[in-house]
Amino acid sequence: MTIAAEPHSAPAQLHDSVFLGRLSLEAIPYHEPILLLTFAVAGLLGLSLLVWITRARAWGWLWRDWFCTIDHKKIGVMYMVLGFVMLLRGFADAIMMRAQQAMAFGDANGYLPPHHYDQIFTAHGVIMIFFVAMPFVTGLMNYIVPLQIGARDVAFPFLNNFSFWMTTVGAVLVMLSLFIGEFATTGWLAYPPLSGAAYSPGVGVDYYIWALQIAGVGTLLSGVNLLVTIIKMRAPGMGLMQMPIFTWTSLCTNVLIVAAFPVLTAVLVLLALDRTVGTNFFTNDFGGNPMMYVNLIWIWGHPEVYILILPLFGVFSEVVSTFSGKRLFGYASMVYATIVITILSYLVWLHHFFTMGSGASVNSFFGITTMIISIPTGAKIFNWLFTMYRGRIRFEVPMLWTMGFMFTFVIGGMTGVLLAVPPADFVLHNSLFLIAHFHNVIIGGVVFGVFAGVSYWFPKVFGYKLDVFWGRVSFWCWQIGFLLAFMPLYILGLMGVTRRVSHFEDTSLQPWFIVAAFGAVLIGCGIVAMLVQFRVSYVRRESLRDHSGDPWNGRTLEWATSSPPPDYNFAFTPRVHDVDAWWDMKRGGYQRPTTGFLAIHMPKNTSAGIILAAISGVMGFALIWHIWWAAGAAFAALIGTAIVHTFNLDRDYHVPVETVTAVEDLRSRQLAEAGA
Amino acid sequence: MSAADLHGSDSRLNQSHVHGHEEAHAGDGHHDGDELPHANLRDYLIGFLLSVFLTAIPFWLVIGEVFADKRITTAIIVVFAIAQMLVHIVYFLHLDTRSQAGWNMLAAIFTIVLVVIAISGSLWVMYHMNANMMPMDEHELRNVP
Repeated sequence: MTIAAEPHSAPAQLHDSVFLGRLSLEAIPYHEPILLLTFAVAGLLGLSLLVWITRARAWGWLWRDWFCTIDHKKIGVMYMVLGFVMLLRGFADAIMMRAQQAMAFGDANGYLPPHHYDQIFTAHGVIMIFFVAMPFVTGLMNYIVPLQIGARDVAFPFLNNFSFWMTTVGAVLVMLSLFIGEFATTGWLAYPPLSGAAYSPGVGVDYYIWALQIAGVGTLLSGVNLLVTIIKMRAPGMGLMQMPIFTWTSLCTNVLIVAAFPVLTAVLVLLALDRTVGTNFFTNDFGGNPMMYVNLIWIWGHPEVYILILPLFGVFSEVVSTFSGKRLFGYASMVYATIVITILSYLVWLHHFFTMGSGASVNSFFGITTMIISIPTGAKIFNWLFTMYRGRIRFEVPMLWTMGFMFTFVIGGMTGVLLAVPPADFVLHNSLFLIAHFHNVIIGGVVFGVFAGVSYWFPKVFGYKLDVFWGRVSFWCWQIGFLLAFMPLYILGLMGVTRRVSHFEDTSLQPWFIVAAFGAVLIGCGIVAMLVQFRVSYVRRESLRDHSGDPWNGRTLEWATSSPPPDYNFAFTPRVHDVDAWWDMKRGGYQRPTTGFLAIHMPKNTSAGIILAAISGVMGFALIWHIWWAAGAAFAALIGTAIVHTFNLDRDYHVPVETVTAVEDLRSRQLAEAGA
Repeated sequence: MSAADLHGSDSRLNQSHVHGHEEAHAGDGHHDGDELPHANLRDYLIGFLLSVFLTAIPFWLVIGEVFADKRITTAIIVVFAIAQMLVHIVYFLHLDTRSQAGWNMLAAIFTIVLVVIAISGSLWVMYHMNANMMPMDEHELRNVP
């Protein structure tokens, strides 16, 4: 405990009780009207959802078929649902910040007190990266990768379920901080000394630490899982250089996850020790060094950026080649560009803290490596353009998102190279220019990529296409909304406006912030249009139905099976001869086998994943509030349950031949109808 | 079209095998994925002797105060520690270029590259920051931890 800590933390220590730790009625923010209203609305919505599920008698179905499922497809869908729900929360934070910054000039203070504003920008960043972008990316990989490589599930199906629930529990903890206690006010990476016990004595940073630690277990395990799946379970004939490009980028992303996330875990453990046990890794005194935290967290943080974007590069590659009706231009160069990015992403981390005080040699080394990494990325852009060149392009919604991405991402990439120049970074560091840059690449790259993927693979997942009109509305709202929201931020940043400010004196800046707020509203319209699109498509699903399983004239193996695919994905494992395996099969006059089916060996559903994750959630909550006895008990229960689960040998079954035959016969009839 | 799930009679109900189709995987046609690396008593003994050797020498260097300059001792211990890790990986974890069709070796090389980048990079960065600190007076310097 540092000297500076005592005046802050001593009163908090007084209130600690043995049974409830720091938790008391004071923790409920009943004196803040905004939070109270949010709580009421969230409570009402949650309650009506529960009532609705109960009245539909859907609990048993939800529990058996979804919560306990080990089917990679259902888990993938659940990841996407988690991503969408958290997107709504993260966007609510965004629009609150935009509204505050559009109002709070001169005498006007806006509607958010600074302490609340600080929690909002921290929560926005944490949620958007860890609980929106990561679930989206993991969800897409989970659903598509096994189908693309002709496998029946991932390598460790139970682990997959467990990973999903750990991620969800992390998200639940972040949401809980809204109503019990507070969230961190430190910014999304929680730099010490601000995040240390001396300056953040409350529970905010503890929520941050334990939400990320629990979700991190899920991310790491799902990384291991997909890595093993891609390396060990490819269909016969599919060598590495025959893998679809989305599988390739997923492979590289999972390599990055497995290598990078342990660093985050270790750093957060050290920070947690500083906060709870009184060690001095990152404090100002007693030999601690906060700069080491910044250094270490960016060793994780920069690869994380590529963890997010690489799979979406894969999505764009699949979409471009499908909707241009051509083989992807420069497949091999695309693969090597991805591998080069994978390695280089470990050599650039210092560009996040050029201003921290390293000398010219360090800064120029990392500046140059950062510029080098834009070369393979640029090569990818040219590959996509050349794929489109002289192609027969269909301007379907996935293609719109892809072209919007190319336009937007190139701007973001160029401002990134600007920021890579250390002297320029000394001017732009922590300014709104930086904010505009990373939103430019994350919205233009990751978010557009996820939406391209969702509209591209939706018919595979649910058996009907998405409504085109509302898809276009959503795209244009997002594209124009993005430009309106973030181009003013580039200009403000060049004028020297810094990030994370809740009140401005200079009223001449206000018009730019009003334009940005309008842009955020337009993005909100894009989100609403997307929800409307889902609803409209569901209502009109019969007319949008696709019986062929291959609505876009696709090229890779996921289009070879029915939509939605049967539990076992493929009745017979396909044999691969070419990069675009399904295209090759179609051209070679592939005949789908209709007889001679065999029983199929499959893993069984289990509730162990959700139970273990729930216990982890209890343990996280107890650690946040210093309820030590409950944390200890939960930890013991966690280990005990895990050991008990290892004795569950009833974990697989055979899908009987009759079932397989019935499913495949139904598919034959549908195909015949579709053909007629 | 080969039937995919020939593991029906497989008694090892390890989940990783439930869906595996190693027989046919990637056309390499052999079973290296399932076999343990060829371990034998000779390798274990060599590994054991090497690790005893590599542990005893640093102890002797420290206890016997062989070098007057502690930095030399530290440097030698670091070298021995790295050698110790390699001995364990090769003789006890049986890392070689053949197991898992070379994937183990590839993963090990990748890991080593990243660890070297992270450690040497952090040292470089942090020493540089230290060198650029504002000048301290003698009293402050004496209290540096």
